[in-house]
Amino acid sequence: MSLGRKLLVGLPVLVLLALVAVFFLRLDRGGQPMIPPSALIGKPAPQFDLAGYDAEHPGLSDADLRQGGVTLVNVFASWCAPCIAELPQLKALAEQHGVTIHAIAWKDKPEAMAQVFAEYGNPFRRIGLDNNGRAAIAWGISGVPETFVVRGDGTVVYRHLGDIRPEHIPALLETIKKAQQQ
Amino acid sequence: MVAEIGHFSLWLALAVAVCQVLLPGVGFHKDDERLRAVAVPAAQAQLLLALISFGALTWVFWVSDFSVRVVAENSHTLKPALYKITGVWANHEGSMLLWVTILALAGWAVATFGRSLNERLRTRVLSVQALIGIGFYVFLLVASNPFERLLPAPGEGNGLNPLLQDPGLAFHPPMLYLGYVGLSVTFSFAVAALLENQVNPEWARRMRPWVLAAWAALTGGLALGSWWAYYELGWGGWWFWDPVENAALMPWLAATALLHSTLVLEKRDALRNWTVLLAVLAFSLSMLGTFIVRSGLLTSVHSFAVDPERGIFILVLLALYIGGALTLYAWRAGTVEAGATFAATSREGSLVINNLLLAAILGTVFLGTLYPMALEAVAGEKISVGAPYFNATFRPLMVPVAALMAVGPFLPWRKAAGGRRVARRLALPALLALLSALTVYAFADTRGAWALLGVGLAVWLAASIFADIARQVRLGHGGPRLVWGRLIRQPRAMFGMWLAHLGVAVSIFGATASGAWESEVMTTVEPGQPVSVGPYTFTLDSIMPVAGPNYTAIEGRFDVRKDDNLVVSVRPQSRTYTEPPMETTEAGIAPLWAGDIYAVLGKPDGQGRWQVRLHWKPFMPWVWYGAALMMLGGAVSMLDRRRSRVALMQPHQLAAEAAEQKLPLAAE
Amino acid sequence: MKAKHQRLVLVGLAALAVSGAAALGFSALDDTMTYFYSPTDVLDKGVSPGQPIRLGGLVETGSVRHEADGLTLAFTVTDTAHSVPVRYRGLVPDLFREGQGVVAEGTFDAAGVFVAQSLLAKHDEKYMPPEVADSIKRAGEWRPQTQAGS
Repeated sequence: MSLGRKLLVGLPVLVLLALVAVFFLRLDRGGQPMIPPSALIGKPAPQFDLAGYDAEHPGLSDADLRQGGVTLVNVFASWCAPCIAELPQLKALAEQHGVTIHAIAWKDKPEAMAQVFAEYGNPFRRIGLDNNGRAAIAWGISGVPETFVVRGDGTVVYRHLGDIRPEHIPALLETIKKAQQQ
Repeated sequence: MVAEIGHFSLWLALAVAVCQVLLPGVGFHKDDERLRAVAVPAAQAQLLLALISFGALTWVFWVSDFSVRVVAENSHTLKPALYKITGVWANHEGSMLLWVTILALAGWAVATFGRSLNERLRTRVLSVQALIGIGFYVFLLVASNPFERLLPAPGEGNGLNPLLQDPGLAFHPPMLYLGYVGLSVTFSFAVAALLENQVNPEWARRMRPWVLAAWAALTGGLALGSWWAYYELGWGGWWFWDPVENAALMPWLAATALLHSTLVLEKRDALRNWTVLLAVLAFSLSMLGTFIVRSGLLTSVHSFAVDPERGIFILVLLALYIGGALTLYAWRAGTVEAGATFAATSREGSLVINNLLLAAILGTVFLGTLYPMALEAVAGEKISVGAPYFNATFRPLMVPVAALMAVGPFLPWRKAAGGRRVARRLALPALLALLSALTVYAFADTRGAWALLGVGLAVWLAASIFADIARQVRLGHGGPRLVWGRLIRQPRAMFGMWLAHLGVAVSIFGATASGAWESEVMTTVEPGQPVSVGPYTFTLDSIMPVAGPNYTAIEGRFDVRKDDNLVVSVRPQSRTYTEPPMETTEAGIAPLWAGDIYAVLGKPDGQGRWQVRLHWKPFMPWVWYGAALMMLGGAVSMLDRRRSRVALMQPHQLAAEAAEQKLPLAAE
Repeated sequence: MKAKHQRLVLVGLAALAVSGAAALGFSALDDTMTYFYSPTDVLDKGVSPGQPIRLGGLVETGSVRHEADGLTLAFTVTDTAHSVPVRYRGLVPDLFREGQGVVAEGTFDAAGVFVAQSLLAKHDEKYMPPEVADSIKRAGEWRPQTQAGS
């Protein structure tokens, strides 16, 4: 085989190698899920007022978030798998770190919630039933679960998308601590 | 329990695939035919195990077993039954399981229908097929296990992206995968032929039905996908030159080229190296397509989850398989003996030019799809390449392809054409094409050069096919019964070609007409207010809330009239799904014979009026009718009985056959 | 023709096809590709009116206005550092929201308003065009978070 011919038949392999290199570079730098920051950050929590779940867990409104002290607002639904998966983490936050956590129960049924709470515990202080999903829209959520950190004056400082996993707890506590100092 | 059975089955399938590679491998080394024979039952067992696995996943979706993670993340008890089933492949893990199941199906088909193949070649094909399988089984089991459990099990699932709850998309992936993975057989054939040094006409003839099957399925997959984009995205277009669409178009272009180059190799023993390379490339581009969609590498309207680890995994597989095959090609290409030579103006000459043009189109699509990515990886520049680029490259290259398609079938195999004879045969089609272009110029509002060219080419191609049929049945020689007799005695491959080429003409016409003479009106209307769009008047009759099984919608009813006669009513919707929460647009479409009525309902403007977009798209459905004809052509051609018979016949029998019904072997 | 000659002719034709396709492709690329700009890029580099670009960022909260014809939408796109006014006439994509990412394709008019021919808001609400995410990261504070599912 002449040299020219060798180059010709080897060309496809060379093209492939170049491609693989390009893909690798792309994959290497990509990989963070592309999530927009919440439009609420740094703004007061939206107005809302929701009925309560039971006597122990009265309803939730934006006024409850301006009582001083940092609160977590967790948008929750008993039919959502990640929401249930994060309950132990929320419990740890509430019981071991004394964080106040309120829930907005998004399009949920109290009887279904009761089952979940009976099985996995209930880390929430107040629970507002968002039956028509209006409050969730006001908060601009894009799915459940989502968790917001709210400062004592009612300002939203942080939003966590998706379930809170054990590895997220330190960063979350850090955020809460910062919010308390502001 | 069912999920565990499925998971275990998948492991077994992997084990069987490993045996299917190793034992025949030893068999080749020791020249032991019994060891090589293992490949056939192994391929059959592999299919059984893959089907059990796929069945198990379908079952857990069907019964909404939310303790299985993919079910919890992608299904919901309220989902309509059909979408519970199609939900199996509407997610990453399930769609990859479908991929390997079809891969096993392809291996089984070769083992079962390839009985008459040369034993060594068949075993090589099956081993390569299993080798591809191994990579993807491992990928499934290690990086995307569809049977992973979720504890504790949630009481309800997350639901399926509403855009995917749609009949068009429900069957688009299986169809596309049939095509993608069908090309794995040609890849295996190519690698086997290189290993066995068997690149010859016999090999090409054996491979051709597989190419046809994969090509027909790919055509169907592309058509379904574009149809879905057309009515579900509500943008009024049907092809967006989106990277994901291009990812599926590229293997199709390669398969189309391969379809024609195998002909040249089969009939004239030329283009040996080129055909092998194309067979490798077609499946490589399929894998590339899978990779592009599955890795979230490209931002697109279709992107699934972004997961770089999985992306890296597939990338490694890709590099190993394609790199291995191309290296083998580079190493063996020198030993493939050169084939015969031929005249430039013969049938094979025209097929070579067809291949060069298709390769050029493939190259420009490849460039436009991957250049932005390369530029960003290398220079950090962010550019986007959209429809303008593809229109500027695809169209000018498509013109000679379509023009040549009409001429090719009139050229004789083996010898240079008698220019005058061919010209005489094509005079009428040329005249008709010219007349139709002139008619368009005289009477249509749009006089764009592309519109004239598109209509002219479509007519030219269609007319030339009928001229070819007339020639083959010797129209005018003998009465209708004789002519009919000659027609039904035509080989099926011939019918296949006519149908597929006619399909191309029909699609070109549909694409040209719908683009050139579309009327679109965007406005705000209140109920009762008429809007005229092209030859039709749309009147918004009512706006009603309607409830679906897992969504609520605002539905507008438009009465469409022509000259005060009610033609049809369309009901576009703006849907709001609850699980997961999402709004989708459902265009209201009424396919009429001569085009589509297409209406999209927007948002209310707060003053009692609604935003609407109304279209009249002449001949739009022809795009898909054409695709259906192409598929049919591929299927008919595949069923050409002579493929299996010719091989078994003795030479003198062949001559007798040829005399009797003009086998292409001795055509012209 | 001898076999050797014919192969030469074939290779020559193939080379011609390849180089022709490459020439066609690259010249078309030059003419048609559009660059992505964030509002900050627009201010830094400047974009001449009429040049087609893609502008990406977040739809600024509180900026969306409908004009009297009921079809034209005016809003501003921001990358949290700077913002650019945009006008778009047409049906709004389902996922167009204040505070969400958007990519607009179009040109600047003489007054410095970006006239969008199309708005790209994605299928998936959790999704943000990577270009937008990048430009926001460059412009200011934004830490990527993890997401559920997928």
